[in-house]
Parts: sequence; structure tokens; C-alpha cells
Amino acid sequence: MPWRLLKYGLKSSHNEPRFFPEAKPLKSHYDVVIIGGGGHGMACAYYLAKEHGITNVAVLEQGYIGGGNTGRNTTIVRSNYLTPEGVKFYDTSLKLFEDLADDFDLNIFYSTRGHFTLAHTDSALRTMRWRAEVNKHQGIDSEVVDRRFIEKEVPYMDLDCAGHSPVMGALYHAPGSVARHDAVAWGYARGAYNRGVEIHQKTRVTAIRTQGDRVTGVETDRGFVSCNKVVSMVAGSTPRITSMLGLETPIEIFPLQACVSEPVKPFMDTIVVSGSLHVYVSQSSRGEMVMGASVDPSVLHSTRSSFDFVEGLTDKMIDLFPFMSRMKVMRQWAGMSDITPDFAPIMGKTPIDGFYLDAGWGTWGFKATPVSGKTMAWTLANDRNHELIEPFRLSRFTDFDLVGEKGAASVGH
Amino acid sequence: MKVFDCPVIGRRPINEFDYGGEVRRPPMDADETTWAAYVFNRKGAPGLLREWWYHRPTGRWYVMERDTLKDEVLRFIDLEEVRYDIPA
Repeated sequence: MPWRLLKYGLKSSHNEPRFFPEAKPLKSHYDVVIIGGGGHGMACAYYLAKEHGITNVAVLEQGYIGGGNTGRNTTIVRSNYLTPEGVKFYDTSLKLFEDLADDFDLNIFYSTRGHFTLAHTDSALRTMRWRAEVNKHQGIDSEVVDRRFIEKEVPYMDLDCAGHSPVMGALYHAPGSVARHDAVAWGYARGAYNRGVEIHQKTRVTAIRTQGDRVTGVETDRGFVSCNKVVSMVAGSTPRITSMLGLETPIEIFPLQACVSEPVKPFMDTIVVSGSLHVYVSQSSRGEMVMGASVDPSVLHSTRSSFDFVEGLTDKMIDLFPFMSRMKVMRQWAGMSDITPDFAPIMGKTPIDGFYLDAGWGTWGFKATPVSGKTMAWTLANDRNHELIEPFRLSRFTDFDLVGEKGAASVGH
Repeated sequence: MKVFDCPVIGRRPINEFDYGGEVRRPPMDADETTWAAYVFNRKGAPGLLREWWYHRPTGRWYVMERDTLKDEVLRFIDLEEVRYDIPA
């Protein structure tokens, strides 16, 4: 609407409504305290209020809304995982994503692109066939395609990969999409706020108080609040929260780095991933090439980014897309990934009454934002694990009942 | 952190090393819960971590203590310190 834009530009003051209100003082008691104001925390608050009528809820965020891994991922949404548990879970998420813009009345720039996972070896192709069969069995649009198909859909890619590791085929997942991650967090946050949820940014949880095996409240840098239920949805900061309770988990933190190029005209309408080369790339709606690699090799609780990462990534990227050698890297960053041994999340109840976990999101958290919010809200309201997350319970490690999700991106299998 | 200052081989770039994870000692006589905790659980919180690093060019394992918040190696550990006897 250019006329409206012109008027807007000429006005001296802009009375746009605030997305989020100014901070209020903390109340002394909440029914539910959500630690972490990222996509997952906001989605959980939203569904608690919308579907379960629980509105005496506080979201406590140590930084700002969506400033953690929600704002650091490469925004890919897909459901072509390897295990039936994973496929069911992520497909529910993908379907929720498709309706989010209507739910929020906010453009989340959801764009269905088609997702190629390239296979450069016989063994990779074999895994693709396995994944495709599991996917089809669960009703997911997923198939193995040959070189000719890839050549037609991604004509600007060098299928011989500069001769190093020729592409033999790919797993093609037509519903694979990208979305604007900030908008997802903001949409959920606004929806939750409008239904009565309190959002407290710059509020750090310093301790969790318990009595016996029951949670009674949380200490924050703005004082104590009592509550019946606490849910930790803090991804890379999870061990800091669980260590407050002396709760041991298999989670280890590895930085995951990503970068974007300078913006160029739109030319790439697909998402391309190569597990063998450890790269993935898509073009954002702003025209930047959004690129990522695998997690850093050693544990680190920091969001520093490194030259080694860009050097390693671009080396592989130029093999696939030789013309990219003329493009410049504009920004690079890192997020803290909470990796689990079986590449599946840890969700639901814990041995401590009233303390719930939504963690172990490693490199697969953004695409699960809606479904994790929805199932965790159900779990909090009913005090038992939702059936979709039952396979992801913390006790699977003591029961030797692991998930074995090898469809996760950015991790070596 | 880009360089390890190793007492045996001197200053070496970190990309010559492979990461071997946390140094741990198996419980020799344990019930299933303790054993499962040993197999899966890790010291996830930031702080001091004793970990294995493998130097590829010389083919030798080292143990160092690193601050996982600041990414600083505090000291190299004598392997005798982490040695334990395998029960007969």
C-alpha cells in the first residue's frame, strides 16, 4: 500500500501499537512459571491460555523475546525424519505452522520451498530410501529422486560437486519450508499476552525452590515468586537450570554456527542440505543466502563465532554452487545447542514434582516450536505426558528405551 | 581459543586435535540405575571440565582441564592422575 506508506513516512510521530507492554512488577504467585521466552516458551504460554484456560502464567526471560536460539536458527521446517516417533511429532508441527499466520493475524513469511537432502554415496542413498519409506508409511510427502530431477529443480548447482563427491540422488520433501523465526515468537507472545499471560523480559531465574520433591517457587533477580509448576524451555541454558535442582541429564552444549551472505536477487526457491558435506542453504525472503554447517566439535557455553567455521563452510558451498565464490559473507553467529545422545528432545515430567522439561533441542528446535508448545501445555494442564512426547521422556535413558533419531540435521551420525 | 599450549609438543593449533569428551570413571560395581546414569548423563553445566583431546599428527591422547564458559585451558593433566585399575 504505497499511499499508506508515504503517509506513514511523512508523519512525525508513529502511533503504532506496542507489540508487548512495558514490564509490570512480578506477582507473588503464578499457577505456571515458564522459564525462557523463546519460541517454545511463548508457544507453551499461548496454548496454555488458549486451549486450557490457564492464564495466571508468567514467562521469565533473562534476555529479550526470541533472542536465543529462536533468533539464531536457519528457519527450516520439515518432517522427513527417520523414526516413526519423530515423523509423527514433526509432522504435527509442520501442519500447525501452516495455519499460524491466520491464528496470529500476522505474516510469518511461511514459504513452502521443497527440501533436498543430497546423497553423495551409496550408503547415504540407502539411508534416504529407508527414510522415504518410513515417511511414506506415516503419510508424509517424501521420496528419493534421481540426478535428472535434481538438475531440473536446482539447475544452478554443480551436481558433480567439483568432481570431489558427485551427487547420486536425493531425498525430496516437497512440504519443506522456511518461516520468519522472530515473527513466530512475536506472534505467540502477542497471542499469549492478549489472553492474560505476563511476559517478563530481563528477568533471570537464579534458583528453584523445592520442598521435599515438590517445586514451590522460583528465585529471580527481581525477587521470589511462588508457583505450582515450573517448566524449563531454555534450550542451550538447560544444564544451568537442571543443576539448580541437582537433576542429571545427558545434555551437552555444543555451539552451532550459521551465516548469511549479502542479499542478492531471488534465484533459489528450494532448500538444499548435504549431510555428507555438512552444509545446508536456502535463500531468505530478503535475498540473503542462509547457510549453516555442523555443530562445533567440543563443548562450549558461548555464542562466539569463528573464522574456521566460515572457511570450512564456504569451501564446501563453493563446490556445490561455484558462482557463490563472488558473494560476500555478511553476518555470522552461533547458538548453544543442547545435544542429546539419541538426537531426540527431552520433554515432559521429571522426577521432581511440578518441574517439567522441554529441552534437548539441539539442532532441531525451531521446526518443533508449535508442537512442543502445544504438547507441553497439555502436559502441564493434565500433569501427565502427552502421547506425542511420551517417547521423548527423560526416563528413557534409565529404561534403555532410546529414540535413535538419525534424521536430525547438522550432527554427524 | 585457537592454540593449545601443550607441555610435551609445544604450541599447536587446535584443529590438529580431535575432541574425546569428558574424562570419566566407570562405576565398577553398580546397579542398573547407576550404570544408566554413568552411560548417558553428562556434566552439562558450564565450568571446569576435564576432557580428552587426541593429537592426530603425533597420535597421542592428552587430558586437559578447560573452562567451558570462557574456553580457556587451565592445565594439562598427567595421565597418572586419571588412571584407574581395571578389576581382575
